[in-house]
This record gives sequence, C-alpha cells and structure tokens, in this order.
Amino acid sequence: MTEMSYLDGNMLDGPLRELFAVDLSTAMGRCENCGMTGSMASLHVFSHAPGLVARCPSCEEVMLRLVRGPDRAWLDLRGTTFLQVPLPLEQTRPGPL
Amino acid sequence: MGIVSPGFQGRPRTQEPALPPGQYLTEDFPVLSAGPTPRVSLDTWEFVIAAENGTEHRWSWQELMALPQETPMVDIHCVTHWSKLGTTWQGVSLDTLLDGVDTGAHFALAHSYGGYTTNLPLDDLRGGRAWVAHTFDGAPLAPEHGGPARLLVPHLYFWKSAKWVRGIRLKTMDEPGFWETAGYHDYGDPWREQRYQGD
Repeated sequence: MTEMSYLDGNMLDGPLRELFAVDLSTAMGRCENCGMTGSMASLHVFSHAPGLVARCPSCEEVMLRLVRGPDRAWLDLRGTTFLQVPLPLEQTRPGPL
Repeated sequence: MGIVSPGFQGRPRTQEPALPPGQYLTEDFPVLSAGPTPRVSLDTWEFVIAAENGTEHRWSWQELMALPQETPMVDIHCVTHWSKLGTTWQGVSLDTLLDGVDTGAHFALAHSYGGYTTNLPLDDLRGGRAWVAHTFDGAPLAPEHGGPARLLVPHLYFWKSAKWVRGIRLKTMDEPGFWETAGYHDYGDPWREQRYQGD
C-alpha cells in the first residue's frame, strides 16, 4: 500500500493565480500554529482531496485550503498568520513639507 | 423446434446501475486524503461519543469488537465524482453505539485521528444508515482508507465518512467540519448533488 504523498507549494502558483495577481510562490508565510516562517513554496500540498490542503512543513498543521467549485472558489488562510509578498521598490514620494 | 435467433434468447443487457447525477463508476478504490496518514495502534485506539452535557462513552478496540457486528453492502459516492457500487464492510452500527447515550442533540461532529472533522445531523447516524467500519472487502481496513476504523455513512458524499474516526461530539448547534468550512455543502446528499454551499 502506498503512503499518501504531497507536492511542494510551487504547485499552488497556478491554482492561486486565478485569485491573486502576485506570484505567491515567492511569498513567505507564517504558520499560525507553530510560528515557523518560510516560503509558501515549501508547504506540503495534499492534492488528492476534494480541495488543495497545504500544510506547514514543520508541524503539519493546515496553513491554506483552496476549494474550486465550477463557478466559485473558497480560500481559507486561517492557519497562516501573514503572507509577506515581495513587491517592486516603491518610487520615492515627496516628503511632507 | 423452430429456429430461434440467438438475438432473442438472452435477457436484455443489464442496464448500467443508476448513479447519482454527475457521478461516474469506478472499479478501483481511489485514495483521497487531506494530510498524512495517521498510524494508530489498536492498543491505544479508542472511540468516544461525547454527549452535549459532557458525558463521555468510550470503547476500546476490544470493546468495539465485542459489540454486535454488521456487514453492510453499500454504494459509495465521492464528491470528486467517482462512485463505487456494492462495497462490503464490517463494523458496528451507530444505532448500537448510540443506544444508551442520553442526548437531546440534533447534530453530530465526527472527529478523527489526524484532526479531520465532519458534521452530520444526528438522525443521519441512526436508522441503520451509519457504522464504525473496521473491515473492507473481508480484510482489515487499510490505513490509507481510514483504518483501523472509519465512519461509514454511505447515503451522503463520502467525505462525511470520516477516516481514522476517533469519536463523535453531539451538539445542540450545527458546527461545520473540515470541508464544510471550505465551501462544501453542509449536508452532502449525492442524489441532490449537494456538493458546494448553496447547491
């Protein structure tokens, strides 16, 4: 009998591109359960399921769930304290006078 | 003896069994899982029904096996569109386990080793429609299919048949479980195709 395996978090990039304009595979996330902060690409994603279930590589708690219906999607990030998304350097704004 | 065309001898071809809408028939048994497979020793395994008043009823593996056993043959329907017909199980009816549990609750939340949960109306666990199943097709239920024991509630989509079931909490208020909090239907009747919220 085979053990259920998982994919790495890079596979989330395609499914989440429908919802987010940013490239989440370059984002960092903090696990709400154990506090580990790391690349979203390092999550363990269980995809042989009714939705995608991404777990912390450290404590295995669920950090992200994505369910895709025919015309709707549900994203649950309650297991992720924050997402840190890299952005282009902001143009310097004029300071206050 | 007249000549009878072979075409008129046989019974009509067996019709395809009726499947719920949107389902296809599969002969194998796909493995779906939302996380790592828990490995639960029979020495420490337990099943607990917790009533809404806090009273707990516990069964060890040996105590579960000592209860009257049933061998349901049922069709199962996964929300990911596959159905498997005529599956044979062995287990203990929830009627047996709920007998003697004093409750006025209308809802149940099944919970599993590994943290999975799923909610059902308590009535759907009664009436010979739900089991704690430990044997599939004559063999001990494999871990990837939910062994040592899983809930078996075949009249609802199979995500309600919680793998690695550890217990049931009886509730006066409905509390959605793992998939029910992520877009899936609260009840999940395959014949009404209740896949997602609002279906």
